[in-house]
Amino acid sequence: MSAGHHSSPGTGASPAAAHPASPRAGTSPQDTVARAAATPAQPQPHAELGLTGPEYARITDVLGRRPTDSELAIYSVMWSEHCSYKSSRLHLRQFADKAPPTGVLLAGMGQNAGVVDIGQGYAVTFKIESHNHPSYVEPFQGAATGVGGIVRDILAMGARPVAVMDALRFGPAEAPDTRRVLPGVVGGISFYGNCLGLPNIGGELAFDPCYSGNPLVNALCIGVMRHEDLKVASATGTGNKVVLLGSTTGPDGIGGASVLASASFGGGGESAKRPSVQVGDPFMEKLLVECCLELYAAGLVVGVQDLGAAGVACATTELAAAGAVGMRVALDAVPLRDAGLGPAEILMSESQERMMAIVAPAQVERFMSICARWDVRATVIGEVTDTGRLEMTWHGEQVVDIPPGSAADEGPQYDRPAHRPASQDALRADDAAALGRPRTAARLRAALLSVLASPDAADKTWVTEQYDRYVRGDTVLAMPQDAGVIRVDERTGLGVALATDGNGRFCRLDPYAGTQLALAEAYRNVAATGARPLAVTNCLNFGSPEDPAVMWQFTEAVRGLADGCLALGVPVTGGNVSFYNQTGSAAIHPTPVVGVLGVHDDVRRRVPIGFGQAGAVIVLLGTTAPELGGSLWAQVAHGHLGGCPPAVRLGAEHDLAAVLIAAAARGLLAAAHDLSDGGLAVALAESCLAGRTGCRVTLPGDAFTFLFSESAARAVTAVLPGAETEFAVLCGEHGVPATVLGATGGSVLEVTGSFAIALDELAAVHQGTLPGLFG
Amino acid sequence: MTVRVGVITFPGSLDDHDARRAVSRAGGIAVPLWHGDRDLKGVDAVILPGGFSYGDYLRCGAIARFAPVMAELVPAAMAGLPVLGICNGFQILCEAHLLPGALTRNKGRRFVNRDVVLRIDNDRTPWTGDFGAGQEITVVLKSGEGAYVADSATLAQLAARGQILARYASGNPNGSAAAIAGVASEAGNVVGLMPHPEHAIDPLTGPGADGLGFFASILHASAAA
Repeated sequence: MSAGHHSSPGTGASPAAAHPASPRAGTSPQDTVARAAATPAQPQPHAELGLTGPEYARITDVLGRRPTDSELAIYSVMWSEHCSYKSSRLHLRQFADKAPPTGVLLAGMGQNAGVVDIGQGYAVTFKIESHNHPSYVEPFQGAATGVGGIVRDILAMGARPVAVMDALRFGPAEAPDTRRVLPGVVGGISFYGNCLGLPNIGGELAFDPCYSGNPLVNALCIGVMRHEDLKVASATGTGNKVVLLGSTTGPDGIGGASVLASASFGGGGESAKRPSVQVGDPFMEKLLVECCLELYAAGLVVGVQDLGAAGVACATTELAAAGAVGMRVALDAVPLRDAGLGPAEILMSESQERMMAIVAPAQVERFMSICARWDVRATVIGEVTDTGRLEMTWHGEQVVDIPPGSAADEGPQYDRPAHRPASQDALRADDAAALGRPRTAARLRAALLSVLASPDAADKTWVTEQYDRYVRGDTVLAMPQDAGVIRVDERTGLGVALATDGNGRFCRLDPYAGTQLALAEAYRNVAATGARPLAVTNCLNFGSPEDPAVMWQFTEAVRGLADGCLALGVPVTGGNVSFYNQTGSAAIHPTPVVGVLGVHDDVRRRVPIGFGQAGAVIVLLGTTAPELGGSLWAQVAHGHLGGCPPAVRLGAEHDLAAVLIAAAARGLLAAAHDLSDGGLAVALAESCLAGRTGCRVTLPGDAFTFLFSESAARAVTAVLPGAETEFAVLCGEHGVPATVLGATGGSVLEVTGSFAIALDELAAVHQGTLPGLFG
Repeated sequence: MTVRVGVITFPGSLDDHDARRAVSRAGGIAVPLWHGDRDLKGVDAVILPGGFSYGDYLRCGAIARFAPVMAELVPAAMAGLPVLGICNGFQILCEAHLLPGALTRNKGRRFVNRDVVLRIDNDRTPWTGDFGAGQEITVVLKSGEGAYVADSATLAQLAARGQILARYASGNPNGSAAAIAGVASEAGNVVGLMPHPEHAIDPLTGPGADGLGFFASILHASAAA
């Protein structure tokens, strides 16, 4: 792959690509290679499978004949937008071309997930992936299988999955459909993640009308391994066995209901009436995780690949292509849960909880005995050959004979037209500075409370309480902290921090700057806990790439992220693209979600957001300018989106992070909290509530601007008594403006000369919103 | 002599690792036990950890009670071996009829992960000896089917015989009868607890270290035996 956006699991791109039709329409006897050669003119349903005429013609060129039904199935899924990144690949290259020089990447572009060296012999792998469309159709199972898919990506790298996070976007919180989708999605994540035994340590939840009908469900997983445990998704060694392990293969996710209702399963058998949703079995996934880790530890795995979107088709072609080998597979050896499936359906099935391993013949017996110990089904379905061809048989007849690279690596690539829409000018000209502002103390107070009560800023306990945050016993920080922090080594305290951020409003106003602001926010969040940011993952959620305006947003976002990562010195290690998030001609706001991974040399030095003690000096770091374009205040108070987002100041972000990291390492801080949505107003309220301690602050200028501006590169800190001077010197050394605002203490949030709010009132307002909406 | 505490791993056990860590941190030796082995390895006490044994399919704990290791555990528990079931382990002990009552779906129908305050009612079991009766401790609740139920006669009997181990003291988070968070067998050696003490053994990774008391208790009780 060209840019680290790998091609396998998880559905979330084009619905057409994710749910291809069956290629067997109209054929009764099994379509074989010999038959294909003999019947070159037989029509095939390539369009229904999402392949264009030129793409179909290219397949016949590659093969020198028409494809068999099974081959057509392989190409249709492997050349789908979802698997081939045909609209995005050209642009994603920038992540490699502009990658900052860094020694931390052990594996990056093109693997299932990037692998980062965090020191002491440990490596961490992490990735975020979309499951948007399935989660709208069937919220519970769609979200559940999203967790399952990303966990297998991490497992395929050789790592033990140790935590998950989720970035979620829904339509208006009060909309009836949101009450269907949100509880289902949260329930699905809760069900799968809790049963799998992975702590959920953070994420995001935001609402906007643009996500009505197009909710975003982006799931992130992080895994830990020793350097030497890194696994490759590559088939090598002629004669090595191809083993499929995990769940049986069923008709899940093969095609939409309309397709399934066709004659594709032969004569209208009842098995054709299955829903196209994938159904998750987290218990099987838990067994699969433990089983694979034991197989890895025993040295029994030459190569391994997870099965996600495009199932067996994807795993076999990618393993063979990566190893530059051939492979012979008996599709009739695949264990089925529906005996009516044919070879093309087996190839395309997205049945969950499956992995594919390459195993030396002499090791197969030991391999099988470990699988048996974990009650995990494992079946030899083929072997590695030296032919350079991917060959598959069905009850002895050859149904596939292709060069694997032609499906895995040499898919079509498009340079789609991208144009900045003219409407962008009017949007930018609609400056938020013209909006009416609260002028009196009483109105400022009311504005703070209404922003704090808005669904975007409201307390998220209703959601996060449904997730197990404690399992595995290494969770140091979780929601509502700025970043999740997981301990990696109990002896040394080595650990990692992870945050995801994305702001669709900012990106709508300026996709280049908005994406950099998302990166900057995640980077800042990680640093606020005291961690050193190391690497980046991303999930790029956009409308249709066939719309030049959307394509312009996409190219700007990718360029912004690549430039931002270079400036901050953190490489992109991988990610995922989700296009076609739109209903009719109305696309979602461009919503790149950026995840930043940081390292803690000792998690005991982590800094929480809460003002947990009285008598700490509150210091605002950074510069506050009147920047309200795309702000939460503008949305809550005026339903307004226009103007420019806050200025991106990556140099200042870098310096701010340096201060936060050094201050945490020296033990100077009682608390630190990044400023983002809702500005200082929301940050102070959250820090007071999280630590159950009030504060009194004096604002050195226009109170409204200080409270609600969303200027970037800022954080609020509570400095431990006695550390004030050292902290001031540290800020000076890094050139970070530091303004003393006041001190922690009491049970009231007070802005001197303006207003005061008791923490009980603050808590009631903050915590009442989501339970009020969702029960 | 160092006390050896077995921790059973069933398929789908999740907090087995954490239970072993808690035993070690308290100063004991944690001995992994496997569901498929009819062997308790001569341990002094046994913990059934939290998780979703067998995926909680059919009913929580319903399949695990038939695991080979349970064929050894049940008679040993009847003979006095100290056994602690945490969360899913509690459900298994109820299914195995080593403890009265059952655990059902939470009142709010949702999984609840929350730090909860418990009041220790019975400090005379081998698992609670280090606490004082009436002592309040903070531990972690994380379950979807944690509502304790029993018929009224059983509840009256539990109260009369001092078998109520602990109750929720900061609101009833799941609709448990009489706010019961844990119960003990009549003999007191078998104990079930819905919240997780093993996730409250270190302020770095939990709400505090109150949970360590359960693990310290069994070490002291076993060493004295």
